[in-house]
Amino acid sequence: MDPLQLFRDISQHPADYARQWKTRTGGKVVGNFCSYTPQELIVAAGALPYRILGSGADISRADSYLQAYCCSLVRGSLEDALAGRLEFLDGAVFPHTCDSIQRLSDIWRMNTGFGFHADIILPVKLDTESAVDYMVSVLRRFRQDLEKGLGVTLTDARLADAIRICNQVRQLLATLYELRRTRPGVIGGSDLHAVFRAALVMDRVELAEALATLVDQLAAAPQSQDESTKRIVFSGGLCSMPDIYRVVEEAGGRVVWDDFCTGARYFEGLVDETREPIQALTERYRERVVCPAKHAGIYNRGTYLLEKVKENRADGVIFLFLKFCDPHGFDYPYMKAMLDKEGIPSIMFEIEDQLSSEGQLRTRCEAFLEMI
Amino acid sequence: MPSDEKIIDPDKERRKIKCDSKMREIMAQYYMEAKTPKEQRGKPIAWITSGGPVEPLHAMDVIPIYPENYGAMIGASKMGVELCERAEEMGYPRDLCSYARADIASATVNGGPIGGLPEPDMLICCNNICGTVLKWYEVQARYYNVPLFILDTPITHTEFNDEMRRYVTRQSEEYIRFLEQVCGKKFDYDRMKVVGDLSIRGQELWQEILDTTMNRPAPMTCFDAFFHLAMIVTLRGTQTAVDYYEMLLAEMKERVAQGIGMLPNEKYRLVWDNLPIWYRLRWLSNKFIERSACLVADTYTSGWTSWMPFVDRSDFLGFLGESYARIFLNSGTDIMADNIIRMVKKYDADGVVFHSNRSCKPYSFGQYDIQRIIQKKLGIPTLMIEADMVDERSFSESQIETRIDAFIEML
Ligand code: SF4
Ligand code: SF4
Ligand code: SF4
Repeated sequence: MDPLQLFRDISQHPADYARQWKTRTGGKVVGNFCSYTPQELIVAAGALPYRILGSGADISRADSYLQAYCCSLVRGSLEDALAGRLEFLDGAVFPHTCDSIQRLSDIWRMNTGFGFHADIILPVKLDTESAVDYMVSVLRRFRQDLEKGLGVTLTDARLADAIRICNQVRQLLATLYELRRTRPGVIGGSDLHAVFRAALVMDRVELAEALATLVDQLAAAPQSQDESTKRIVFSGGLCSMPDIYRVVEEAGGRVVWDDFCTGARYFEGLVDETREPIQALTERYRERVVCPAKHAGIYNRGTYLLEKVKENRADGVIFLFLKFCDPHGFDYPYMKAMLDKEGIPSIMFEIEDQLSSEGQLRTRCEAFLEMI
Repeated sequence: MPSDEKIIDPDKERRKIKCDSKMREIMAQYYMEAKTPKEQRGKPIAWITSGGPVEPLHAMDVIPIYPENYGAMIGASKMGVELCERAEEMGYPRDLCSYARADIASATVNGGPIGGLPEPDMLICCNNICGTVLKWYEVQARYYNVPLFILDTPITHTEFNDEMRRYVTRQSEEYIRFLEQVCGKKFDYDRMKVVGDLSIRGQELWQEILDTTMNRPAPMTCFDAFFHLAMIVTLRGTQTAVDYYEMLLAEMKERVAQGIGMLPNEKYRLVWDNLPIWYRLRWLSNKFIERSACLVADTYTSGWTSWMPFVDRSDFLGFLGESYARIFLNSGTDIMADNIIRMVKKYDADGVVFHSNRSCKPYSFGQYDIQRIIQKKLGIPTLMIEADMVDERSFSESQIETRIDAFIEML
């Protein structure tokens, strides 16, 4: 199949993919919520790491478990679980990040009835020696939890394989970004987003193959001449709304970078294959730019954003995060101030849920692109 | 907070807690010292989170300042909305914790009842209460450009393990090194022992005070506890707090001996969950009193003694990390439910009132489950009030009153 079509299909029906994968391989599917999930360990345990994003369906059941002032990612995911839309999961893992995910873990454990449940209680800071040592022990424990929970033995050899394949995926995704940057127009924003959505749930070996084919295809494709478009960097929370890319494109912009946990943060930084695997996994998290729920100095994300804007010669930044999201809400003003100081225009969208905000988004986006 | 009555009603007079004025005096003095210009007071100032380990600061002669306590004061003096709105103008979304919003705004305009907090020389952030404090203290670390120490306390979803223990113990040592560096002097371990003892003594006294409401009629309600709490938060580890609480405890015991209750007629006994609604304390208190319902206990004020089982008297510092990590808010929802069940039994309560607090996600998410667990295990009625502790815009008076009425009828 045309790799792009494959990615589009999977991104639209990730659950169907997981179900088919399960039937096909007889393997187990482990749901997870965050880029701080060490997917390598899940892959090494022979299971499919499946990032839960919420299908965006109407929320009714989750209302009896979570107040309305909780972000739609957390509420929507719980809704899917309670409604039986995630019945293919054999369990779920919860890296400790924001307060909402923290409580989601409890509510999930008490109410959803999936077999395997693991909390990965990571340190909140990633810039001290004791925190890094602690993180190593947390990942070791998670490895044991997986072995016990899934009834497998997770050998070093399998872990090494998993690290290798996940690194390959990261390199390919990075190449894709690079292609997009240097050869504008070879892949549309919506398609790129579809690739990422699919990458969060696909069997990593299949993913690597499909990505390799796609990269070859695109490298050979003719480049369209749209260098004149405004270059945009996204910053903020995960975006489970592909249309934002289309919205930007239709308004005459082009997304050249992002710091989404479902985007660049997903592939940035490789795991050192020559080191002891758990140490190496820890090291990657330590070096990668943090998510706002983690701490590595007080300017970490702002500095990173500025770097990316400059590196990609971006014309403006669009901040994007879910309503009720504390970590992103707290970071926004200082990051905006850092941009202001450098004269980089920016705009912020707080997204309530996937559908309701699109029209408004379009209008404001057009106005913003016109202005810069 | 009680305020002066115009017409003196002898019965009301008799029920008033006499220590109140002493408490105000001590708190005023504490803030006065902190607000004295630095050259005169000499001591450095640390801003610290409400659940943070304050004892080493006292041992180092550092004045601890609690932005959260100030948030409560801002709320109680109904200055919350204005400051929250100011924070929103600065770009902070309305859905963030209102303590944080009020403090961040107050810092820029010297706002609130005492015209702003004294500037910090350092920031101490312990995330045992929430992830919000981390982000909030990052904001202040950028604003004041002062060193920030983070005591990272992994949550006990289901168990507290050895890796966590090792991690928090190491951080206690890092905390001491941090203080030595910022204060430019050696840590005083002997003094730490004294402070540690005082801290434990203060917490014991505070728990004893809270426990006097096991008596019928209860000599005080949780609304009084909300007021007297300031001392265990801000002056924990000092002789002042111990002396004051001894005095308060004596008064409570005396009230019990004389059969003086806070309510003229105590018919129902209730437990409160979550933070107080500061700007409506008096209103809410009256609503319950009018309906002969006495709020005998709450999860909030007892939070400052919830680490007691993990404290070691002989080695306070050694167990500091663990005891601070294991407070009830830093644990799984089911553990929090058990805590409430224990309280209902201990204080012989007839129902539970939950404050679903928009500001505080870690405290509020999970309350629906706790509600169900309580109904299932104890079969007593519960009430859910939707509000916010400081931001009055989230308060609907008529709706809450109707709910209280319906709830009282179920008792
Ligand atoms: S922003 Fe970071 S911490 Fe938050 S859910 Fe995404 S990956 Fe996890
Ligand atoms: S969107 Fe924000 S609040 Fe929601 S899960 Fe992610 S980090 Fe937490
Ligand atoms: S009210 Fe809740 S969110 Fe705000 S600082 Fe306190 S514990 Fe954190």
